[in-house]
Amino acid sequence: MDWANVAIQGILLGGLYALFATGLALVFGVMRMVNLAHGDLGILAAFVALFLVQSFHIGVLWSGLLTIVIMFVVGYLLQRGLLNFTLGSDDTRPIVVTFGLSIIIQNGLIMWFSADSQGLDAGKIENISIRISDKLSIGWFPLLVFITSIVVIALLQTFLNRTKLGRAFRATSDDREAAELMGINNRHIYGLAMAIALAIVALAGILLAVRTTFDPTQGPFRLIYAFEAVIMGGMGSIWGTLIGGIVLGLSQTLGSQAFGSGWGLLVGHLVFLTVLAVRPSGFFAKTVTA
Amino acid sequence: MSVLELQEVDVFYGDFQALFKVSFKVEEGQTFACIGANGGGKSTLLRTIAGLQRPSSGQIFFHGEPVDKHPAHDRVGMGIALVPEGRRVFPSLTVFENLQIGAYGGRKGDWNTDSVMELFPLLKPLVKRQASSLSGGEQQALAIGRALMANPHLLLLDEVSLGLAPVVIKRIYEAMVHLVDTGTTILVVEQDVQHVLTVADHVACFLEGRISLEGKPSDLSSEAITAAYFGM
Repeated sequence: MDWANVAIQGILLGGLYALFATGLALVFGVMRMVNLAHGDLGILAAFVALFLVQSFHIGVLWSGLLTIVIMFVVGYLLQRGLLNFTLGSDDTRPIVVTFGLSIIIQNGLIMWFSADSQGLDAGKIENISIRISDKLSIGWFPLLVFITSIVVIALLQTFLNRTKLGRAFRATSDDREAAELMGINNRHIYGLAMAIALAIVALAGILLAVRTTFDPTQGPFRLIYAFEAVIMGGMGSIWGTLIGGIVLGLSQTLGSQAFGSGWGLLVGHLVFLTVLAVRPSGFFAKTVTA
Repeated sequence: MSVLELQEVDVFYGDFQALFKVSFKVEEGQTFACIGANGGGKSTLLRTIAGLQRPSSGQIFFHGEPVDKHPAHDRVGMGIALVPEGRRVFPSLTVFENLQIGAYGGRKGDWNTDSVMELFPLLKPLVKRQASSLSGGEQQALAIGRALMANPHLLLLDEVSLGLAPVVIKRIYEAMVHLVDTGTTILVVEQDVQHVLTVADHVACFLEGRISLEGKPSDLSSEAITAAYFGM
């Protein structure tokens, strides 16, 4: 494969990584909570979509939309029914609880669907591509994923910057107690933040499931890539997460091209560690203190 | 009916008791001042009235209704707004956004971004600036303006003059007089006794979680206030 081709693939792959990372960044940004089950919840969404396709014989598009709605509701209930109770003075509690949640989801999925690899079939779109020259062609589906991630991030950023509720998200992130004094119910805001995060990661999980095969054990890998994208991009910057995802995707595909197919992931991690060492706050860190 | 009434309110932080059976009434249109040295329980008192702290016993009435069941984010809509100690503006939001968020759960009324900036003209050129870039005095004006955006009936002010230049303090106290004229009842906590006694029409001195002296400033001698303040 040509280098330019590989680079384009890497950039497009970065869009998917960014989509996985966005919800993680949002949840951390609004409530300073690290959700270790984030990747598993994305994979869970892929299985929910698969289940809907198989049970009700609907297309991937409808199944996907329905899954996103379901995960939105699950996110709100999960936050208000469980995770809100872990927040407080002790930062390790949500980590322990979401770690347990991650194990429960993985094993639940294995019990229900077995450990076999699954795929979501979206039809023709998976295989068609745009030919730019003899050596260069771009797959429609990866391009679509990339565009989707840009649209989602733009919508989320607009929501946070321009709407009354988005302002309440940022105020709560700045100072929870002062936000309460403004009449903002932080538990509700946290519920909404998790709902949006899970809707976005559901979208990411479904797109992943169409792009490649998936199985119940993939969540933690998705989580690590998401972490790497968020940290490289800079905590608190959603557009930074896209850049972080692209850097990670590029490193992985270029690494595979240069050193052989097994080496891509390692190169990705090494680039991440280098960024962490040289620029620990990431590319676009937005940290503001009073 | 009193705007605010406290009946034998006890508040604890863990094992530490911050308020002991505190009772008092604030009447309509009053400027009620709580003075006292550090650790007297004044900030705890305001936090408890605003709902950030729960009393372990005793009751708080607002316009005759008990408010204990209402969380802090409900009390703004009822008409209680707190300007917290340390200003606590939202640092990453602009000045304008800070004011907008002040109206989030508040009541309808005369206060809006325009009237707040009329009260504090110094905020006008700063509307697009991030609140974190403001000076202490500007942040304090913003914090008071933000609380006014909720159109409170009862405004709680916690150490609003702390760390500010005298000219700014003067401006804030002038604003306070103006607020009372517009029908707001004010409960103000201060360590700086001199300033607050010029605007207050009732004063309570807090010492180690108890009210050590209470009355009209004109009825209290400065010796009595000093004694109550330091517990001598």
